[in-house]
Amino acid sequence: MLGEGILKGLAVTARNFAGSFVSAERLTTVQYPEERIALIEATRDFPFLVYDGAGWEAGLRCVACQICEKECPPKCIYIEKSADKKPDYVGKPQFYPARFDIDISVCMSCQICVEVCPFEAIKMDTEFELSTEDRFAGLLFDRRRLAKPNEHYRRIHPAEAAEVDARLASEKAKADAKARAASDAAAARAAARPAKGGD
Amino acid sequence: MMETLDQVFVLLSRWLVSFLPAGWRPAAGVALGAAAIVCLFPALFALTVLLERKGLGRMQNRIGPNRVGPLGILQPVADGLKSLTKEDIVPTSADGVVHFLAPVVLVTAVFMGFAVLPMGRNMTLVRMDASLLFYFAVGASTELSIFMAGWSSRNKYSLLGAMRAVAQMISYEVPLLMSSVAVVMIAGSLSLDKIVEAQNRYTWGLPHWYIFTPWGFAGFVLFAIAATAETNRSPFDLPEGESELVAGYHTEYSGFKFALFFLGEYLGMFSVSGLGATLFLGGWSAPFSFLGWVPSWIWFFSKLLVAMCAFIWLRGTLPRLRQDQLMNFAWKFVLPLAMLNLMVAALWHFLGHGWARWVVCSAILAVSYVGMAWAEMRSKHLGPRSYRYAE
Amino acid sequence: MAVADNKTEKPEGWNRPPVMEPDGDGELLEVAMGPHHPSTHGVFRMDVALDGERVIRLKPVFGYLHRNHEKLAEGMSYLGSMPFTDRLDYICSLTNNWAYALAVEKLTGQEVPERAEYLRVILGELTRFQNHASSIGFLIQEMGASGTPLMYAFREREKILDLFEALTGARMMVNYMRFGGCRVDASAAWLDAARKVVAGLPAFTGEMDRLLSTNEILMARTQGIGVLRPELAVNAGVTGPMLRASGVNYDIRKVDGYGIYNRFNFRVPLGDHWDVYDRYMIRLLEMRESIRILEQALKDIPAGPVMDPKAKLRGFRPKPGEAYGRIEAPKGELGFYLISDGGPNPYRYRVRPPSLINLTVLEDMALGENVADVVLIFGSVDIVLGEVDR
Repeated sequence: MLGEGILKGLAVTARNFAGSFVSAERLTTVQYPEERIALIEATRDFPFLVYDGAGWEAGLRCVACQICEKECPPKCIYIEKSADKKPDYVGKPQFYPARFDIDISVCMSCQICVEVCPFEAIKMDTEFELSTEDRFAGLLFDRRRLAKPNEHYRRIHPAEAAEVDARLASEKAKADAKARAASDAAAARAAARPAKGGD
Repeated sequence: MMETLDQVFVLLSRWLVSFLPAGWRPAAGVALGAAAIVCLFPALFALTVLLERKGLGRMQNRIGPNRVGPLGILQPVADGLKSLTKEDIVPTSADGVVHFLAPVVLVTAVFMGFAVLPMGRNMTLVRMDASLLFYFAVGASTELSIFMAGWSSRNKYSLLGAMRAVAQMISYEVPLLMSSVAVVMIAGSLSLDKIVEAQNRYTWGLPHWYIFTPWGFAGFVLFAIAATAETNRSPFDLPEGESELVAGYHTEYSGFKFALFFLGEYLGMFSVSGLGATLFLGGWSAPFSFLGWVPSWIWFFSKLLVAMCAFIWLRGTLPRLRQDQLMNFAWKFVLPLAMLNLMVAALWHFLGHGWARWVVCSAILAVSYVGMAWAEMRSKHLGPRSYRYAE
Repeated sequence: MAVADNKTEKPEGWNRPPVMEPDGDGELLEVAMGPHHPSTHGVFRMDVALDGERVIRLKPVFGYLHRNHEKLAEGMSYLGSMPFTDRLDYICSLTNNWAYALAVEKLTGQEVPERAEYLRVILGELTRFQNHASSIGFLIQEMGASGTPLMYAFREREKILDLFEALTGARMMVNYMRFGGCRVDASAAWLDAARKVVAGLPAFTGEMDRLLSTNEILMARTQGIGVLRPELAVNAGVTGPMLRASGVNYDIRKVDGYGIYNRFNFRVPLGDHWDVYDRYMIRLLEMRESIRILEQALKDIPAGPVMDPKAKLRGFRPKPGEAYGRIEAPKGELGFYLISDGGPNPYRYRVRPPSLINLTVLEDMALGENVADVVLIFGSVDIVLGEVDR
């Protein structure tokens, strides 16, 4: 019958209208900025550099290997290696970045830099309210702005951070065990030589 | 006490006018009433614009405007201020006087239509014996203003848009008139006040509104379709559609003149809803006799509000008809049914007062509607389809 | 229907460029619709010549969104091009990723673990669902109705995008498929959330169906409009829902059986009237079929790794050769043609964009139609400018 389809359509809209007063399913507005949706854990926005401990320079995990710079598709990372070295979390001397800039107006949040980093040094942050009036310097993040503590990483991506921490802890344990074994062997050799010399 | 409340505006007007010498009182009374209408209906327009945006929002699972004022109440104020402060651009080649007068003519003509609507008991601004005739005469002048707008802009596309809009409005005038004439026939008078009084009777508590008769129901539906098309509302708003090539007759208007066109359209909606309520829904009479204590003007304005909600509901649900489909629909479907409705109304009058006339009239209308609808869809090969799947 | 044989009677002029003569000797009105236009799905221009209201000539002009994707890929590693494929058909990033990963896997002969294949199917069908819902929404939006079906479609799409974000980290630019599998595994919690979302989808398609399919105004506006003959569709290389709405049974999921699609039970709907209404209904029916596939896949997904253990992330140098990998993207056949010369970057990287190929028949469909319907016909092709212009 002519008009039946129109009436069915009117019924659907009426149901949605009525439903918008009673069910959250039918009223999906979130009144930002007073209300916010809870961030999903895996969300990614722009990268940041992780540091362990209290001092951001001393604890920075990045060793300026420049792999992320090479793999970044839009080439938004700029790294300058340092001249000297500093010890990393297992005590081995490593280079560190004298300069680490990310231009977030170029970055496309693809997180390939995170995937290829061998040192768990760069991770994806979840902050998106980054608007600024200065569209050049305000969107060029230097290493001071990028460096955030491991606690921040644990807070924003708890599951990932737990995994990374476990892996790094086991690496450290292995390195420690190796170092202890080596020092035990050296001590044993040192203990053996004076005995020989004393003869 | 309820009597006083019912007549409060009438009594107020008489009291205010009593301060003047006797010779001036009738004219002053009418002037006061006119001033009241000119203040009230734009306020209703502001409310309706807000209601529309919020209503559409809710139908689309979102909140409408709610930032300006609590619940967005001041949104129309913001919109009004915006349109007042915009630059008023008049094209150099445009005909200045006509260009200026077009929105003025529109608004004036629409306001004149309100003069004859009975908004409550004894609350018609001007009582005339042929008020329906006056209403249609004045309503047709609104089409003049649209043509003035299109013509004065000296823009090929505006003119095309104006001509299409005028063609649409003229095509739908005829079914509008035809459905009203059925009411005039049965009520026996062209005066809107007498039409309301004819419906203000009750049998077992139920009113004698014309919509509760077969011809009245069909007439109301046809009137509603024609009214939607007259006021260029969805689904008949192709002249105003954004995805249209021709931007319409109000392309060359900006700022307050554009707001006046907008005002004119909504006032036209109120006016034609008021007429529909008067002709078919009993005007200011209450739906049940035991509710007769509620003031009459409350009933009239509630019916107006219900009509507004229906317009908004249609707008949120239905896509637009194309111009030629629109005209086809008017001349080949709505008009024949309106003429048939006229004959059925006459039949109703002559078939006595038993249940026979209900059955006969409903049967005729139902069969003809279904038959015509089927023929219409068949001729264009339209219809629901079933789909096959690959093997 | 046998369109490929030479014995079927073909209509006059079917293989010549379309031409329409104006009647009357009035001047033709030449209008440019776009690129700044509310209904052109992006920056796109149509140079239309009108005789009154009839379309006499229509020339599509695009390239406003050209971003040099193919040339850039020649200077970038294979992995580096993956995020750029997200931005081709930006509504359906996951299927773009899949087509590219398929092409590279063909080039190298890599194996993809079973769980990864299931995840690819699940994400691919979710993408197809939200693409068809949005496409229907936009089509009706152009018809008026103040965008109500679009809002409903976007309400469901939000749920699907939330699933994408939980798994891949991003709602639209997902960068999720890798050569040899998927980037991260889906947890049991995610699979449960996906099952819940999929359980709510049939109610949505039912709602759209009730709102739209028998609406007389919709039928009057779309039935008989923009007819695309099947032989023309096949000759022009049209693929996807547009081809199936013209009655040709060609769905790459059935023809190639890529991934594990031959394990799933689903039907391919076909249209018999070849018009805009058929295209709209085919998309609606395909949404229902996607729900069937999703239910089956979510039930049967096995445990296991999601990445080929031999796959290398860096220093990926496929042996010299060429490969063409194609999938049934929501808009048609999306194909990637790669030529490798043994280096870390591809020698030639070519995208076969379904939107562009489908757009070539726009003039044929729109000739002789009312100008008010051109926008509808264009909407029924369902293009995304990111794919047309790359």
